[in-house]
Amino acid sequence: MIATSTGAREGLEVRLEDLRRRFGTVTALDGLSLTLAPGELVALLGPSGCGKTTALRIVAGLDEPDSGRVVVGDRDVTDVSANKRDMGMVFQAYSLFPHMTAQQNVEFGLKLRGHDSTRRRARAGEVLDLVGLSSQKDKYAGQMSGGQQQRVALARALAIEPSVLLLDEPLSALDAKVRAQLRDEIRRVQLEVGTTTLFVTHDQEEALAIADRVGVMSQGRLEQLDAPEALYSRPGSAFVASFVGLMNRVPCEVQGGRATLLGTSVTTLDGSVHGGRGVALVRPEQVQVAAGGDDATVVHISFLGSFSRVTARLVEGTELIVQTPSATVQDLRIGDRVGLSLLADDLLVSATTD
Amino acid sequence: MTTARVRAHRRLQAFRVVVLTVLGLFFLVPLGSMAAYSVRVPAGGRTLDFWRQLGQDPDLRGAIVTSLELSLLTVVLMLVLLVPTMVWVRLRVPGMSRIVEFLCLLPLTIPAIVLVVGLKGVYAWVTYFLGDSSLTLTFAYVVLVLPYAYRSIDAGLASIDVVTLSEAARGLGAGWFTVITRIIVPNIGAALLSAAFISVALVLGEFTLASLLSYTNLQVVINLLGKSDSQTSVAASLASLVFAFVLLILLSLVGRRRGARRTAPALDLMAPPVAKEG
Ligand SMILES: Nc1ncnc2c1ncn2[C@@H]1O[C@H](COP(=O)(O)OP(=O)(O)OP(=O)(O)O)[C@@H](O)[C@H]1O
Ligand SMILES: [Mg+2]
Repeated sequence: MIATSTGAREGLEVRLEDLRRRFGTVTALDGLSLTLAPGELVALLGPSGCGKTTALRIVAGLDEPDSGRVVVGDRDVTDVSANKRDMGMVFQAYSLFPHMTAQQNVEFGLKLRGHDSTRRRARAGEVLDLVGLSSQKDKYAGQMSGGQQQRVALARALAIEPSVLLLDEPLSALDAKVRAQLRDEIRRVQLEVGTTTLFVTHDQEEALAIADRVGVMSQGRLEQLDAPEALYSRPGSAFVASFVGLMNRVPCEVQGGRATLLGTSVTTLDGSVHGGRGVALVRPEQVQVAAGGDDATVVHISFLGSFSRVTARLVEGTELIVQTPSATVQDLRIGDRVGLSLLADDLLVSATTD
Repeated sequence: MTTARVRAHRRLQAFRVVVLTVLGLFFLVPLGSMAAYSVRVPAGGRTLDFWRQLGQDPDLRGAIVTSLELSLLTVVLMLVLLVPTMVWVRLRVPGMSRIVEFLCLLPLTIPAIVLVVGLKGVYAWVTYFLGDSSLTLTFAYVVLVLPYAYRSIDAGLASIDVVTLSEAARGLGAGWFTVITRIIVPNIGAALLSAAFISVALVLGEFTLASLLSYTNLQVVINLLGKSDSQTSVAASLASLVFAFVLLILLSLVGRRRGARRTAPALDLMAPPVAKEG
């Protein structure tokens, strides 16, 4: 393993404290605070323009906050320039130096640190091995595929044994298959070297798949920071709920901490409205569809392999997406009347206006 | 259909030949005449004496050296001035790029004679501080070559992702000097070369500024020589013209290679030691 062969290096804690950054009239960061535990991989997730890249660039030292601090370990690096921060970065855009081979790219940071050529070559060999590209070490960026280039970029970032690894949508230029593959590889490598990592993405599937914890951002702030499962099953706000995974919004009546919908009464989660009309947030897999009922009409069925998604319109007009094993919908046709039942015990109910 | 196309093709071919011939004659006849004139002996026969004279006439030799030095200094100063500035503008103040471009292209629109009127005053100070060596013309020449050099370097910078590359390099621990010399420059080598060649060609052929500011350079001496020893002066003219031509041809070759370079290593002008910054 890398960490042991070159002197083990524990991950460091990284703290972003109340970061604020404005560009003219645009507020990119509005008091962002976030703490990454040593060795942890946190994914920052959020819609375009919510400030993810800005946050990452401030951590990297490529941009300065108007106020707030960045602390790595117990060192305040807010005023340290990017080239002295000791952070590894992988960008969305291909960033390999075009005039250098893969190996030379990886060695660049080591050269700047004054390592001699034997040591550089050995270390470059190790990290290229780690990303599975030893055989491509003499190729130039222009001779490699996008996925290979990003892997070299990852190796280059890891070669300097950074205290923090920063990844800004490193996979977004790749096609779906390579993307999923490389995503898992990044996670494997990250676990192996134990570097504290901040991974920026706007792809919720990617965030959920790779991260120890996912931070959902909206308009320059952190909405919720939680483990993927928690985020999915217990979203803290309607925004998080609708941003992470598919979510149905079903009107319901709330009374005394319980909501009634689809003929079932469930507990409401923290953060729900306390009484009156509300909108329950229901995952597609929290609803069961059965032929022959009289709750809704099937308006659409899409086959997704082992699962299918059925869109059903309730009597009062709300459309609901239900995810169900394909076997159960074989006999369903568009226009059929079906029964719907709720599988959840507790739900988040947001205000109608949300 | 095919016959029509063949005929069209032939016509195009013929057109090309005609254009090339006419242009070739247009350029080569004067050059040929110059060459012939520079080796002619009035009494009949040929001689290379006038060409030998190029190396022997002390004034001419001095002027050749001066002009070569001037072109070298101009290129160096131009690159040192322009490359960091243009990189900086791209990275830090992209809003300024229009203004910088305007400033750099300005000399193109100002007639040399007007430029001299302005420069006269400035050169009083230049002379005061640096003496009245002809090499001080470097400053005027940097201004003169600015538009061409700017264009070519700008094209070079546009062909790479300056922002991402320098941010990647900075993240790996490179200071600004290293970023420029080790990352930017090697990747715009062709553009820098073409900026340098154009500048050299321009400086070697420059007469107006030098003459009006009363300095001596190659063209000024050739002009003077033309009055006393016209054949040597023509030989010198021809030599400097051919030199400039060769540079420009090299330039077009470099330019052509740039397209094919996407997959190959760029020329690494500053390969060996890595600059270490504190
Ligand atoms: N250099 C800049 N100058 C002006 N505005 C900027 C600059 N950088 C970012 N912004 C603005 O700040 C806001 C946040 O931008 P940021 O790039 O951080 O978003 P993001 O979350 O990374 O979005 P995306 O998912 O599209 O990459 C946006 O409104 C953007 O327009
Ligand atoms: Mg971004």
